[in-house]
Amino acid sequence: MPQTLAQKLVARAAGVPSVTPGDIVTCKVDLAMMHDSGGPRRVKPMLEKLGAKVWDPDKVVLITDHYLPANDEDSRKIIRIAREWAGEAGVKNFHDGEGICHVVLPEKGHLRPGMFVVGGDSHSPTGGAFGTYMFGIGATEMLGVLVTGEIWLRVPHTIMVEWDGRLAKGVSAKDMMLFLCGRFGMDGGQYQAVEYSGSAIAALSMQERMTMANMTAEFGGQAGLIAPDAVTRSWLETVGVHDIDCSTWHSEKDAALLAHHRFDAAALAPQVAAPHSPAKSDAVAAFGNIAINMAYIGACTGAKLDDLRMAAAVLRGRRAAKGVRLMVAPASAKDQKAAEAEGTLGVLMDAGAELLPNACNACAGYGNYLLDDKAVTISTTARNFKGRMGSTAAQIYLGSPYTVAASAVTGRIADPRELMS
Amino acid sequence: MSGKAWVFGDNLDTDMLAPGIYMKFGIEEIAKHCLEAVEPRFATEVKSGDIVVGGKNFGMGSSREQAAGALRHLGVDAVIAPSFAGLFYRNAFNLGLPLLVCADAGGIRAGDRLEVDAESGRIINLTQNNTLACEAIPPHLMAMVRDGGLLGHLEKRLAKNKDKQA
Repeated sequence: MPQTLAQKLVARAAGVPSVTPGDIVTCKVDLAMMHDSGGPRRVKPMLEKLGAKVWDPDKVVLITDHYLPANDEDSRKIIRIAREWAGEAGVKNFHDGEGICHVVLPEKGHLRPGMFVVGGDSHSPTGGAFGTYMFGIGATEMLGVLVTGEIWLRVPHTIMVEWDGRLAKGVSAKDMMLFLCGRFGMDGGQYQAVEYSGSAIAALSMQERMTMANMTAEFGGQAGLIAPDAVTRSWLETVGVHDIDCSTWHSEKDAALLAHHRFDAAALAPQVAAPHSPAKSDAVAAFGNIAINMAYIGACTGAKLDDLRMAAAVLRGRRAAKGVRLMVAPASAKDQKAAEAEGTLGVLMDAGAELLPNACNACAGYGNYLLDDKAVTISTTARNFKGRMGSTAAQIYLGSPYTVAASAVTGRIADPRELMS
Repeated sequence: MSGKAWVFGDNLDTDMLAPGIYMKFGIEEIAKHCLEAVEPRFATEVKSGDIVVGGKNFGMGSSREQAAGALRHLGVDAVIAPSFAGLFYRNAFNLGLPLLVCADAGGIRAGDRLEVDAESGRIINLTQNNTLACEAIPPHLMAMVRDGGLLGHLEKRLAKNKDKQA
């Protein structure tokens, strides 16, 4: 039987020639990623209770991002536990305060096509952009992986989402994902593997592909996969990952799919999600005159170098409207440095941006920049659930970096194409 | 044993179950705020043995297992819904909280007395005097529930390994 990319990745991890969707298999884990919130502070006491050790410390990556900067004693304690545990457990792959885990993980060369990886965070599907089978798990399940090096999996079906044609100027991966959430709902992915293909996907940069895979979490898939190609290869070369295999890791022609959706990328307008769900997405034109008082550019979803570049393309020579607080939290220190060196960050600062730390910040309800009752925000983040970024009364809209930047300039939810022609 | 049904809508998310702003605290504190955004009475009035009934895609969102842990901490015995978000589904069983996939969950009304048998996948609605069938729980997950969750399951497994070595 011809196999999908997801089946091939799972079969390899399960140590069998092929797998059938629906079957329950046990997979060997190539890499386990944790952050400070769901990581050591939760798994350390459980490991101690079991009297167990980490199965292979070299296959563990620990990244601090949720409780940084540590502004109070509770946060400091969580970070302190992470730092101490990395030493105690012999975890050498410890990236402390360098940015958000999903961006730092590939940046440090930990991912390559063909791997089977678990992450202690729901946006772990981000790794699928590299042809890695990666999905999120909770802290207790991470304990299971740390003790055994294995995890059970129901072999996923594949939902193929094909985007052909060329995205218009001012339209991005974020818009494609908001569109999918709007069209199919947040359970559209049915906790199966979602594979993105087609000429519009092939044309995306590596970080834009990461945005697709990342928001597979909102689309409801377990994993979001993109078959590796020359773009993957050259990006990975820059982070020291060489000799990757692009020949094996793709879906075979005629492999059975649960669904095959085809869309024309050229016809896609910028998308905006209304409070309080990414599923409430629609074309920006449907939103009329909605005044905002905050524009937030942050998170693994929306503040990578390519995201900052998109925002800068709109903000160059412009300023945020009076009464609009523009906040920028670059997703990693490396991306911030690159943005600084090439002038992208300068454009954002000249537009009046406040620079936030390279961490999850308000996206996940952490840090010093939480939304108050009166906040009406448009954000490049992935989720706008009620209370997600602070007050339950705050109104959170979601958009691409282009759309958020355009909205910052005009002070209302705006179509970036009008500022980019 | 029967419990009272607490009924919620579709797409109930993990931020409602375990709000991000309380995530730095332990489960006792998080549980106090469980579902307060949609039902402020829930955390104070829910009783041990009560049952949560949700709509489709229950538990969507974050990987934070405290979403399931808060329900467990408050004494909730089981969650019934037509469908669950995948990550929440795994987390709940890992914490020993059984989830029942029931296509007819929509017929349960708030306050109904329910008798839930996770092993047989059957719900008896004592108030409406009817029986609802659920999808069978995979045996390896039911075994985990019997051990009180993955931690208990691992404890057993490690003890067995030690016995073998001895």
